[in-house]
Amino acid sequence: MNKEANNFLHQGANPRKRKRERADTRFRWYGLIALGLALSFLVFFFVDIIGQALPAFKQTEVLVSVNYTEEAKSNYNRAVEHKLTHIVSRAWLRTIPAYLEAHPEAVGTSHDEWVPADSRVDQYVKKHEGHGLKSKYQKEVDALQQEGKVRSSFNIAFFETGDSKMPENAGILAAAVGSVFTLLITMLVAVPIGVMTAIYLEEFATDNRFTRLIEVNINNLAAIPSILYGLLGLAIFISFMGVPRSSALAGGLTLALMTLPLIIIATRAALRAVPESIREAAYGLGASSLQTVWHHVLPLAMPGILTGSIIGLAQAMGETAPLIIVGMMAYIPEPPSSILEATTVLPAQVYTWSTESMHGYIERTAAGILVLLTVLLSLNAMAVRLRNRSEKTW
Amino acid sequence: MTTADLFLWFFAGLIPLAAMAFWLARGRAMAIETGDVRLHSRPGFYGWFSVIWLALPAIAVSFAFSVLHMFGLFTVPGPMLLAATFAAGGAGLWFSLGQIKAEFRARQAVEKVMRGLLLTAATISILTTIGIVLSVIFESIRFFKVIPIWDFITGTQWQPDTAFLIGAGRADEHVAPPLFGSVPIFAGTFMITLIAMLVAVPVGLFSAIYMSEYASHKARGRLKPMLEILAGIPTVVYGFFAAITVSPMIVEIAHSFGYEAAYTNALAPGLIMGIMIIPFMSSLSDDVIRAVPESLRDGALALGTTKAETIRHIVLPAAFPGIVSAFLLAVSRAIGETMIVVMAAGLRPNLTMNPLEGMTTVTVKIVEALTGDQEFDSAFTLSAFALGLVLLIATLILNIISTIVVRKFRQRYE
Repeated sequence: MNKEANNFLHQGANPRKRKRERADTRFRWYGLIALGLALSFLVFFFVDIIGQALPAFKQTEVLVSVNYTEEAKSNYNRAVEHKLTHIVSRAWLRTIPAYLEAHPEAVGTSHDEWVPADSRVDQYVKKHEGHGLKSKYQKEVDALQQEGKVRSSFNIAFFETGDSKMPENAGILAAAVGSVFTLLITMLVAVPIGVMTAIYLEEFATDNRFTRLIEVNINNLAAIPSILYGLLGLAIFISFMGVPRSSALAGGLTLALMTLPLIIIATRAALRAVPESIREAAYGLGASSLQTVWHHVLPLAMPGILTGSIIGLAQAMGETAPLIIVGMMAYIPEPPSSILEATTVLPAQVYTWSTESMHGYIERTAAGILVLLTVLLSLNAMAVRLRNRSEKTW
Repeated sequence: MTTADLFLWFFAGLIPLAAMAFWLARGRAMAIETGDVRLHSRPGFYGWFSVIWLALPAIAVSFAFSVLHMFGLFTVPGPMLLAATFAAGGAGLWFSLGQIKAEFRARQAVEKVMRGLLLTAATISILTTIGIVLSVIFESIRFFKVIPIWDFITGTQWQPDTAFLIGAGRADEHVAPPLFGSVPIFAGTFMITLIAMLVAVPVGLFSAIYMSEYASHKARGRLKPMLEILAGIPTVVYGFFAAITVSPMIVEIAHSFGYEAAYTNALAPGLIMGIMIIPFMSSLSDDVIRAVPESLRDGALALGTTKAETIRHIVLPAAFPGIVSAFLLAVSRAIGETMIVVMAAGLRPNLTMNPLEGMTTVTVKIVEALTGDQEFDSAFTLSAFALGLVLLIATLILNIISTIVVRKFRQRYE
């Protein structure tokens, strides 16, 4: 017997087979490594974003004695000691004259108050690099810290104000209200039209050239980059129809057209999952096609339609590019009161802050992102739960 | 009276009127139905019939007036418009109430209108496509009247800075003509897309293989949603992450190897875009790999191949067309992606092969041209629409190819 044949018989010792087995194990590891890479990125990403965002929820405050003098009514810088005017928040200082107008009885009094610090002071106290605080003020702040006149408290202003040119006063309220307005319009336009289109295609349309055209068209629309919807919104809604630029109406309509294909595709899948026997039973009892759809098919498909709509709206909520094109990255300090006013939305606010040069905006950006991600992930989780709970096998 | 007020009054008037019409007509229909006289349809249908006859004329009249107004042909004051609208609605209601008789087929009438309404909704998706195509094409034609199309496609210099002078009519011989050569922009787009695909394809494909071939059913049910979180993160967030965290990291790493990297390097947005696309690649590939019939795997394993060999030589070739189509869709995602490159890539068009240098893309230039404060008519602003046209054509071609590939694939298995 020669050597090769011997090896063939004792397969465990076959180097060729060992090589193949090793290749087999390696291949399995490639898959695991790929998954590991993707998931570890996810962890790294969330740790990084949360790490950058958390400081923004703390705001540095300083204890100063505020003199509500007659003079402070016209020159708010006189309300505090001169050396402190660069330590306390300018945004807070500016509110003093209005406060004195509203409370004339406070004029002439003096209190020790905890007031928000300037963003540069805030960044310095949080020991962030690039805080931009001049060294003479640094000494001032150090002295105040020695005296225990600096504290850090929950940054409630972040949820109560709109955009501001002073980072310590910038908040997400205006953008959040704008997002709600915009999404309401998107929902009111996209969901009915999307569901109606899906009902037509699934329940009424005969297989002809027009129907096929609509179907191909919807698939193409789903693949078109979102920024092109922005061009559509700019050319059709704003230039042609005269919808005000930057308004929630312009943004909402643009997003509605963008989410439409998603809602149609999800609704069609939900309608298709309703078994034919339900329809036949309804027809058998004398229901018309519309009655069948309205009373039987639609209620059964409702969880699927809702899931698809929620996912579509979540996507619309995180979308930025088309909204920038229709002008929704304006400087908006006050929440809008109508859908025709200039508005911004959460992701656009995040983008605006990310382009600001002052260091204080970086943590605001991250905090805005954290709020956005929390809302989006809860929306998606809601959709998944809804789908799992209502999953029905016929 | 502003447009907003008009809308408000219109709906504030129409909704109660519609409710009134419904109850009125239904009541009349129910009054007809006595002992031996039976209605053709359920009473509710008579109600809806009246609502339709109220709302349709009202909406038609107001729509006609707004179209006339939009084209600037004819404008009537708000109150008159509202009066005309409600008069038309009232006439419709009066007519419909007269129609209500026991033998009147209200159900058929209502269903016909509803069907029309559903069809109208379905045509909106087609109108959207037409709207996108027209809005892009019309403005592009205006752009190509100023800048020859050949210069746009083959030029290698993008220097639009002097375009506003021409727009303002202040151009003279001393001003260099603006240059709109888009080759460096396409090159930047191509480079960033290439980097993204180099990340997304291996990671996405191997994740899909692991999930469909190795992982247990339970593990797959956990892993897939986790990967899909990556697709649910807004692109503006990825952009921030790429610009603030990844770019400086790359600059530092490159520096430690003795290379100079720009903070607006193409690598950071490319890598992050690749990560964003992983779920598209993995979900679509996962689906097609699972669609390969089990008998093929069993046959291969019975012949003594290892699991990896089965996947490499049998499963992947069978799933190949589907994977190609997933790849093409992912590419079209990458070239149309905006926020990541706007925030992390450069603004300056740069014709280079070095991913550590700053580069720009089609979408960045579109955003730049439309968020500036130049007037709408300047060639600089219009260049956004020309670039948009290129983007539209590119994504449509990719989508069509991927549809054709999938169709061929289906023919092989069904």
